[in-house]
Amino acid sequence: MMLKIENLHASVDGKEILKGIDLTIGAGEVHAIMGPNGSGKSTLSNVIAGRDGYEVTQGSVTYKGMDLLAMLPEERAWAGVFLAFQYPVEIPGVNNTYLLKAGVNASRKHRGEQELDAMEFMQLVKEKAKLVELDQSFLSRGVNEGFSGGEKKRNEIFQMAVLEPSLALLDETDSGLDIDALRIVAKGVNELRAAERSIIMITHYQRLLDYIQPDVVHVLADGKILKTGDKSLALKLEERGYDWVREEAHA
Amino acid sequence: MSNTKKEQQPESFTNREYEAGFITDIETDTLPPGLNEDVIRHISAKKDEPEWLLNWRLEAFRHWQTMTEPHWPNVTYTPTDYQAISYYSAPKSQADGPKSLDEVDPKLLETYEKLGIPLREQAFLAGVAVDAVFDSVSVATTFKGKLKEVGVIFCPISEAVRDHPELVQQYMGSVVPTGDNFFAALNAAVFTDGSFVYIPKGVRCPMELSTYFRINALNTGQFERTLIIAEEGSYVSYLEGCTAPQRDENQLHAAVVELVAMDDAQIKYSTVQNWYPGDENGLGGIYNFVTKRADCRGARSKVSWTQVETGSAITWKYPSCVLRGEDSVGEFYSVALTKMHQQADTGTKMIHIGKNSRSTIVSKGIAAGHGNQSYRGLVKIAKSAEGARNYTQCDSLLIGDQCGAHTFPYVEVKNPTATMEHEATTSKIGEDQLFYCQSRGISEEDAVNMIVNGFCKDVFNELPMEFAVEANRLMEVSLEGAVG
Repeated sequence: MMLKIENLHASVDGKEILKGIDLTIGAGEVHAIMGPNGSGKSTLSNVIAGRDGYEVTQGSVTYKGMDLLAMLPEERAWAGVFLAFQYPVEIPGVNNTYLLKAGVNASRKHRGEQELDAMEFMQLVKEKAKLVELDQSFLSRGVNEGFSGGEKKRNEIFQMAVLEPSLALLDETDSGLDIDALRIVAKGVNELRAAERSIIMITHYQRLLDYIQPDVVHVLADGKILKTGDKSLALKLEERGYDWVREEAHA
Repeated sequence: MSNTKKEQQPESFTNREYEAGFITDIETDTLPPGLNEDVIRHISAKKDEPEWLLNWRLEAFRHWQTMTEPHWPNVTYTPTDYQAISYYSAPKSQADGPKSLDEVDPKLLETYEKLGIPLREQAFLAGVAVDAVFDSVSVATTFKGKLKEVGVIFCPISEAVRDHPELVQQYMGSVVPTGDNFFAALNAAVFTDGSFVYIPKGVRCPMELSTYFRINALNTGQFERTLIIAEEGSYVSYLEGCTAPQRDENQLHAAVVELVAMDDAQIKYSTVQNWYPGDENGLGGIYNFVTKRADCRGARSKVSWTQVETGSAITWKYPSCVLRGEDSVGEFYSVALTKMHQQADTGTKMIHIGKNSRSTIVSKGIAAGHGNQSYRGLVKIAKSAEGARNYTQCDSLLIGDQCGAHTFPYVEVKNPTATMEHEATTSKIGEDQLFYCQSRGISEEDAVNMIVNGFCKDVFNELPMEFAVEANRLMEVSLEGAVG
């Protein structure tokens, strides 16, 4: 089992957002989590990645048998958890490659592996940049500094490719992308699908799922998983909206 | 059940031990505290100075007595009792001045060794000559011989007074007059040592020159004076470093630095200032009240000030350029870090007099803990400065919510052809940035370092390579314990 979430309750500023989430994700599976605005989708990904300011009041998150909630964000990263940000952050003056190298080598160190030297790392990075058709010039620029919206999202998937996580959370990676950029990002993600890598995609739109076929689709609304199904559920949501799921759940 | 992961607060800045805080136990020849004409005569006699210099000192002292201490900077401190300070302290073993490195007291060599400044030439970084100033005297100057071959003079200023009196008399006080300001007048009256650099016409100084200032004795002030003269078409890169022991008392450091650049001459002056900053409650630390000024006398002359200020309880200084020559260039690159209860009011003055003179100011302020800092800068374009240009960029980075950053830019333009640009930003190290780095596997502490170093990059790039590494390390040490 890659990830097991049981009865997860979480609050932000004292307001309960997640109201009992249960979710199980097996190795190699791709799950899509869809839901209306304010349903708790981003809260869920932030809780899994360990962002400050999210208070877990009840429940548990178990990742590869470990209590994820007891770990610092960087410890989660070392263990193979990755979050592709909805709004990637700019860090002026810090070289994109430098940040990644520090991240990769910190993880390797904690796994007892030898750190990559500059040459080995450049080779790895150049190879992975091709995956999302990221121009080499991005590697030496400041982290997300002056990147367009689409470039930022591609940079996230590029980072995912370099960090090779076991569990990747893609938080609205499709938002703000034009159709060409979406195709490139989706191609990158598809190439990163692997038997030992699970992916959670958080999205508003069915559109993304045309490009990245999920194994399971969940509907998150009002802080709970209201419905779980296969790819056809996403099509139905697009057609009919979310109200019927709510009504069905409350019936 | 609550989120069990460790509570993290970037604002909980604790001080990692100040590495240079040790005291060297050495027998000293120290004057009793107090300041009067006899003390000045005594200092002058100790240094075996000519009469003109004694008179110069006395004149400055008499002027100083008529002045009042200024209180306009945006800092607060208990006033200094000028009668409670000792104005001269020197290791006894150095009484006659070192003839060569072999004669330097091993205890002193050990002190500098501990600070990472080995004075034995073969041990030191190739290509860097060092003048080591310990309290009131210079204890050693390396590579003097090698420099002499190309005509470069690099020696303690007291030695320059003896061996090159005509140069000292001609230039000392010509950039910062004795009555320039309260602290400059005090310095002129009581200055003890410092470095003297003379680069002859057309010579590119073959190595980096550096002076390492160390305050060791208790209740003393350090009043050093540095004078650098770059003749026509010459080039020199000079660096100063500073440390002091950890003590509960505040100590005054009031230096004067004068630079003179002739036609086509270039002086690059870098400072890595790591005086003892005081403890986490704001007790102790150095008052760093310094006057630094460059006179770009010649056409196309260029002076570049780069400073990394991480130490001192209070830093109060404005390395400035008087851009007298046509097409002369002044630059000021600064990183100032104030943490715990440190305060800084620093910046620069660019005085444009020559036609088409240009200046660039890049100031990066980082405040953490209860640190408070101000950028204060003056850009003055005189009527004569046809076509002058200035670019100013001031950025502040705040870590936590108990610190402060302020910007006081002053602009006086008397010539309508001048071009002025000013950019200023204030940002906080965002939780967002920290979390972003952490989610990529970088610990919070490393993330803070990375973000701060990125913020300072434009300035660190200006430092000579060896010292850029040192500056990076110093920032890391200073920021250690910044979080967690």
